[in-house]
Amino acid sequence: MADAILKVFRGDSSGGQEKQYKVPVEEGMVVLDALHYIQANYDNDLAVRWNCKAAKCGSCSAEINGKPRLTCKTRMDSLPQGEPITVYPMKAFPLVKDLVTDVKWNYEVHKKIPPFTPPKDTDWRMKQEDIDRIQEFRKCIECFMCQDVCHILRNHHKKGAFFGPRYMIKIAELEMHPLDTIDRTDLLREEGGVGYCNITKCCTEVCPEHIHITDNAIIPLKERVADKYFDPINWVLKKLKGDNGA
Amino acid sequence: MEKYETHVHDVIVIGAGGAGLRAAIEASAQGASVGLVCKSLLGKAHTVMAEGGIAAALANVDVSDNWQTHFKDTMKGGKMLNNWRMAQIHAQEAPDRVKELETWGALFDRTQDGRILQRAFGGHTWKRLCHVGDRTGLEMIRTLQDKGVHSGIDVYMECTITQLLKDGERITGAFGYWRESGRFVVFKTKSIILATGGIGKAFKITSNSWEYTGDGHALAYEAGADLIDMEFVQFHPTGMVWPPSVKGILVTEAVRGEGGILRNSKGERFMEKYDPKRMELSTRDVVARSIYTEVREGRGSPHGGAFLDISQEGADYVKKKLPSMYHQFMEFADIDITKGPMEVGPTTHYVMGGVRVQAENGASTVPGLFAAGEVSGGMHGANRLGGNSLSDLLVFGCRAGLGAAQYANEVNGNALRIDNDELERASREMLQPFDNASGENPYSVHSSLQDTMQDYFGVFRVEEGLKNGLEELQKLKERASHLKIEGSRMFNPGWHLCRDLKSMLIVSEAVAKCAIQRQESRGAHSRVDYPDTDDLKWGNVNSVVSMDGDRMKIGLSPLMDMPEELKKLLAEDK
Repeated sequence: MADAILKVFRGDSSGGQEKQYKVPVEEGMVVLDALHYIQANYDNDLAVRWNCKAAKCGSCSAEINGKPRLTCKTRMDSLPQGEPITVYPMKAFPLVKDLVTDVKWNYEVHKKIPPFTPPKDTDWRMKQEDIDRIQEFRKCIECFMCQDVCHILRNHHKKGAFFGPRYMIKIAELEMHPLDTIDRTDLLREEGGVGYCNITKCCTEVCPEHIHITDNAIIPLKERVADKYFDPINWVLKKLKGDNGA
Repeated sequence: MEKYETHVHDVIVIGAGGAGLRAAIEASAQGASVGLVCKSLLGKAHTVMAEGGIAAALANVDVSDNWQTHFKDTMKGGKMLNNWRMAQIHAQEAPDRVKELETWGALFDRTQDGRILQRAFGGHTWKRLCHVGDRTGLEMIRTLQDKGVHSGIDVYMECTITQLLKDGERITGAFGYWRESGRFVVFKTKSIILATGGIGKAFKITSNSWEYTGDGHALAYEAGADLIDMEFVQFHPTGMVWPPSVKGILVTEAVRGEGGILRNSKGERFMEKYDPKRMELSTRDVVARSIYTEVREGRGSPHGGAFLDISQEGADYVKKKLPSMYHQFMEFADIDITKGPMEVGPTTHYVMGGVRVQAENGASTVPGLFAAGEVSGGMHGANRLGGNSLSDLLVFGCRAGLGAAQYANEVNGNALRIDNDELERASREMLQPFDNASGENPYSVHSSLQDTMQDYFGVFRVEEGLKNGLEELQKLKERASHLKIEGSRMFNPGWHLCRDLKSMLIVSEAVAKCAIQRQESRGAHSRVDYPDTDDLKWGNVNSVVSMDGDRMKIGLSPLMDMPEELKKLLAEDK
């Protein structure tokens, strides 16, 4: 089969540039195979993060031809033939080296979300139909591509104000769990910054697990916040009860 | 001399898969200060790839199930070479460990009446595997991760340990490097739990992720611990065989658990020949050999495998029960498994052998060194049943966490002496590939190693091949001592591979020597020249690997005596 030309970003926080490589293409080959070929044959020190090479761990996210993709899941034959393939690190996170970025911020956000808290007395019976919708969110492999593509984080650099799509579905999963007992609406509205999302659905488009992040998680969460804080009937009831919170 | 960043903990856990996370959670719950060190980002460990389920005798679907049956199935699957006490504890405690996951937020698929659903799997008498479609490992690791990050554990991500440190006989620390910066780091600690998983990356065709380079096996061996049963490497019968890019990727046993049928190129349901009673749900060693034999005798699929067909169950059922498999074949192989068969063949999946531990607390033969999960040996004997790994991780992760915390408490007050010369040696060894004026590319040596292990130590073995393979390994060891690396210490995968290679060579040598020693066929170890299982000579001994100066020593050690009541249990079905 023909050779492919890859233009891979090489560099670190002090700067860098594209480097061009010629890689032989096999049937069914994915971009991560090409990166491994480069490591083994040209540059041993090409920094790539990867683990399973089976689209299950979400480690190998990068921007292929300008779009966030799992390199292990992007087949060479799905890309425009005869044209060079560009591979860049995720843009929304600080660069470490080559294709590796510093994604620790995501782990810090995770810690801020109160964990699942069940009631003291339950027999743990749950209907499948009641958990179907949260099992969708639990398919998330934490590739952080939704965070990468989210314009609030990527273009407006609002990491201090918005948790990002990954953690919206994390909160949705907990809020919609039939046996969870805590309310995270205050967190969502304030530190979580759910109001920043203006439903452009870029996150849904890049999700390799095809999770309907916007429709099934963020919009229902926005509704919960709206119900609690902005529903006129609730507002009157709260005033009558003398609750001045919100 | 480089100044080393130092962290001090009561317990250091190396590896953050199911066993490591569960161990860290338990040690922390006991009040120990815990550091969790992992080569990758948190949540990416190989456990994430487990698919079919976690075995526990909850009896939610088949009410006759109980721990005794689970114990018997495990011992029979392991061809009676298992550490019976581990198999017993495992069967007894797995249900509690699964239910505990649910209290931490795990959401298993449900039965009609709202309890945890269980499915059939090879070698299990009853429907026993709790699951979430075919992504059970992801559910487990995410649940443990959620629990872990709120448990006050310090997590050191993308940090590789290259050497354990001792004061006399006793563990006092670990030396390693940050993958990101390449700088060295020292952990002072009273006890260490190894939870580093397996060795699959020493083989060419494997379902394992890059991390599976036998680090914990090698660290323990070099620290003076015993390894046992290293000849027993599990070849999962069903890995993808085409296209080349995905060769070896796992096709979950749940495909067969949910009704998948194996056929050869003539359309014959060949398992009728090899195990007419259990058919596709025979144990993994048997199914792997059967597929291999069909291919070798000319009845394989176009790309050298067998056909596995689940399409008769209907598209909706397949997509609901096996969503990852559906997408995996659609996206990587352009095959719609709801419409036709997939091609599958054996892939290196799991190592039964590992660090010799005490069943109750995971303690190795080195004071302060514990092990849990795949890196430990004994639990699965000569062959592991599907679903028994995830439960193993939880049961023995928890016990090792408890054991290490208790040990740390007992040695409290004793100074943690670290030998500076030892640190210097560890540091020099790591930097050698940069200093060498010339030498080999680590990727070439790794590739040769994978060919050697695949060619000589695969599904079927024979003395001549094993000995040739061992000779090849000695040459590879020589090549691996002259590696040359370019670039800086910053996130340099070539450099990282230099150390991983050393670990892989140690475990490969252990596999080779144990495989030569065991002159019989048992479980996953199939000798063409000794096709029979020889209970009289080999049924009561484990292979033992230990370090003897610069040499690897191989020996035998008798199995522990089994109490009468368990013997009686096992005799019931005979």
